[in-house]
Amino acid sequence: MAPKHTILEMRSITKEFPGVKALSEVSITVRAAAIHAICGENGAGKSTLMNVLSGVHPAGSFTGDIIFQGEPVHFRDIRSSEAAGIVIIHQELALIPELSITENIFLGNEPTRHGVINWATANRQALELLARVGLDDDPDTQVRHIGVGKQQLVEIAKALSKSVKLLILDEPTAALNEADSQHLLDLIRGLKGKGVSSIMISHKLNEIEQVADSITIIRDGRTIETMDVQAEGVNEDRIIRAMVGRSLESRFPDRNPHIGEVFFEVRDWNVQHPQAAERMVVKNSTITVRRGEIVGLAGLMGAGRTELAMSVFGRSYGNFISGQIFKDGAEIQARNVSEAISQGLAYVSEDRKALGLNLIDDIKRSIVSAKLPKISRGQVVSATKEYQLSDAYRKSLRIKTPSVDYGVRKLSGGNQQKVVLAKWMFTDPDLLILDEPTRGIDVGAKYEIYGIIQALAAQGKGVILISSELPELLGLTDRIYTIFEGAITNCIPTDQADPETLMKSMTSAKKKVQTR
Amino acid sequence: MSEATGRIRTGFKDLKKIFGGGQSDVRQFGILFSLIAIIALFQFLTHGLTLSSGNLVNLIGEYSYILILAIGMVMVIIAGHIDLSVGSVAAFAGIVVATSMNSWHLPWPLAILVGIGVGVLIGAWQGFWVAYIGVPAFIVTLAGMLIFRGGNQVIGNANTVPVPQGFTVIGAGYLPEIGPNTGYNNLTLLLGLIVAMAVLVKEWRARRVQEGMGTSRAPAWVSILKVVLLDAVVVFATLLFAGGRSGTSFPVSGIILGVLVLLYSFIARNTIFGRHIYAVGGNKLAAELSGVNSRRVNFLVMMNMSILASLAGMIFVARSVASGPQDGLSWELDAIAAVFIGGAAVSGGIGTVTGSIIGGLVMAVLNNGLQLLGVGSDRVQIIKGMVLLVAVGVDVWNKSQGRPSITGFLTRGRNAGVHAPKEPEPTVPAGDSAQPPRPLVTTPH
Repeated sequence: MAPKHTILEMRSITKEFPGVKALSEVSITVRAAAIHAICGENGAGKSTLMNVLSGVHPAGSFTGDIIFQGEPVHFRDIRSSEAAGIVIIHQELALIPELSITENIFLGNEPTRHGVINWATANRQALELLARVGLDDDPDTQVRHIGVGKQQLVEIAKALSKSVKLLILDEPTAALNEADSQHLLDLIRGLKGKGVSSIMISHKLNEIEQVADSITIIRDGRTIETMDVQAEGVNEDRIIRAMVGRSLESRFPDRNPHIGEVFFEVRDWNVQHPQAAERMVVKNSTITVRRGEIVGLAGLMGAGRTELAMSVFGRSYGNFISGQIFKDGAEIQARNVSEAISQGLAYVSEDRKALGLNLIDDIKRSIVSAKLPKISRGQVVSATKEYQLSDAYRKSLRIKTPSVDYGVRKLSGGNQQKVVLAKWMFTDPDLLILDEPTRGIDVGAKYEIYGIIQALAAQGKGVILISSELPELLGLTDRIYTIFEGAITNCIPTDQADPETLMKSMTSAKKKVQTR
Repeated sequence: MSEATGRIRTGFKDLKKIFGGGQSDVRQFGILFSLIAIIALFQFLTHGLTLSSGNLVNLIGEYSYILILAIGMVMVIIAGHIDLSVGSVAAFAGIVVATSMNSWHLPWPLAILVGIGVGVLIGAWQGFWVAYIGVPAFIVTLAGMLIFRGGNQVIGNANTVPVPQGFTVIGAGYLPEIGPNTGYNNLTLLLGLIVAMAVLVKEWRARRVQEGMGTSRAPAWVSILKVVLLDAVVVFATLLFAGGRSGTSFPVSGIILGVLVLLYSFIARNTIFGRHIYAVGGNKLAAELSGVNSRRVNFLVMMNMSILASLAGMIFVARSVASGPQDGLSWELDAIAAVFIGGAAVSGGIGTVTGSIIGGLVMAVLNNGLQLLGVGSDRVQIIKGMVLLVAVGVDVWNKSQGRPSITGFLTRGRNAGVHAPKEPEPTVPAGDSAQPPRPLVTTPH
């Protein structure tokens, strides 16, 4: 039996999905009144582990033991784990925007009298809960009217209403700005003081360093190590080394850039928000790209990176106001997506599933879908060319599938991303804009995709790489633009850049001297 | 698995390829089996009446217009919409055409053009609201259902308008008798011969294409068996159609239907426009970011539906020799049912023309068989409703279980058998020289 000061122990958890072992003998121990961080690359098994704990994967579908508050538990579903006091807050918030704060807090758990919802009690309790999380908004406010940061607090209030003992937070600050993140972290620390333990999954290692009492590293579905933050000196490098199993340097393939002349320029680009006309999402931005160059675009979420990229790519975002695009010295027009494609532009979206692929289609048809005339005579698509060309991409990008006749839905994230890359390589672009090309894919596939990006640059194409991961930008690019509130704030050659400088330019409008 | 069963399973898989090869061929294969089973059942229950000359001729004549609607409807549903107005549009086009011949004395070929023109205009109207204003097709066509039903009754004064003899050929006409007296209808025999040859040529060309692509070809015996089976069906049907009561043969409306099926299958499967329909229905945003003009696709798909509805309306008027206020009532439901039984997805992006035709034939044979058995129309409706619900329910349930369909489940073993030799892909590094620090994570297939 677990010692008294331990709230949760998961022992030798093994979970298999058809064809893949997601977790293998994973064990973690969470102390009472502590914040326990779980770190690992995407696909390492963190979410699976939390799903095992919260009953999403019911008892019996995995092997191993869960001991909560000294008792072995067997959760059948989320309701049974919540009844025991384990509440999970997912990365995507589960609030209903059209309902009020009170209604959201008590959704599925409404205080009733004689079977009728007792709103007086609900509102009174909501006020108390909101006070506990430090939110002073009217509980009748519709959730869609409050910001993401406050929504996150409502989620926690909702968890508190279920008398939570162990709170699981999956990337709680991913969508929050600095101030909101800080407030949330303080709140979690405050809850710790009141005896609520937390398990926190986060990629933001500085935050983990700041709040966690202990850290468990998971890699490839295995526990690598557990660090005690107070006892040992833990720093980001140590965590990263444990997460990836090697130091930062070897995360990127070697490359000898051959950089040519400037061939692509976006000049004085201005774009309005599609709904709110008074908001400019891109302001006077100018970006140049040389042949064979990988140019990074760094910015926080909402800074206007994707908005800039998509508006350049055939004005597919926002209301275009002004600006010019030059390619090979001449101004080009890309007023819609098909014009942009025929001008040699390609855009790989950050949202692979919603914007990048038709998930019910098969691989070969997906690969050729952005430039069908290339394999058609008149209006008629040649099935032979479709098969041959897409199969060539399957081989050269090592898309792991028995055949291009297979559906893209069955592929892993990394292989789906390769299909998206193949789809845009098929259009023979001169300039590729890659928006978070490695989001949500495992380390091995990341490495391969880095190789593909470098190979594209080596062919003399220009690449604009948008990424939230600074190490990725620093490891892969030749030059980095920073963007803040829709405006380009800095341009730094990568060999002179470091995370601190970049972060400073990503969070302030002060413009430094532009280096070319 | 032994060599022999492996070969048979491979063959089984290739056999399936005849019936689609598109998005949901597995499902179509299942529904084709259902069709054969239903035909066999009624053939037995009606003591051979189902597959008699007279009944087949009647069946094609009576359901050709529903099947024509199903062709248009599947395109609409693939694009992610629905069209509830087809029955009313058909009735409206019918009354305009009938009136144009009856009151304005237009010659019938010209009247057919007028009818098509009506379809173009109505289609442009509905397509405009759906594609350019963004009103859901459900609403636009619900409005259209009322508007054009009312329009039919305004123009025809809620009366029946007769049509001249010449016009009836498109709905009630048959291939004429020409040439020597063989005891059969010669043109129907010729048609059968052409179809039989086409089956042979198509299979031969498919093998040539596979050879060109370098994919594994099915063994020759599979192709031969395939052609023999299909041609046996063609010969059997030809003799039935050609050897019926004198004066009847293969219906003209059946020929119109056949041409449309071939045309639209080709468009859906092999043209850029067809690909765009699937793309818009499967993921509109992704399609737009791939350069597809989704508005244009939606406009054309809605417009095409109304044109086919007009055609169906005219064929019906020609068959019943008059246009009336109740024409085309609840046709939309039959057409939609045919499409969903034929494997289309409510959420769009999935469906085939061939599948929808098979789905329509299931409903037609069911309807016809029950009528032959003397089952009242009240019970026929109940049975049809149950069939629709069960057919789609089985499909949805199977999908939620992670299986493509019942037949997919039954033939699961052959997947492993066919692909196993090709499966293990070496985990080699990407890029040119660099070595990855460790083997790539294996991914589920």
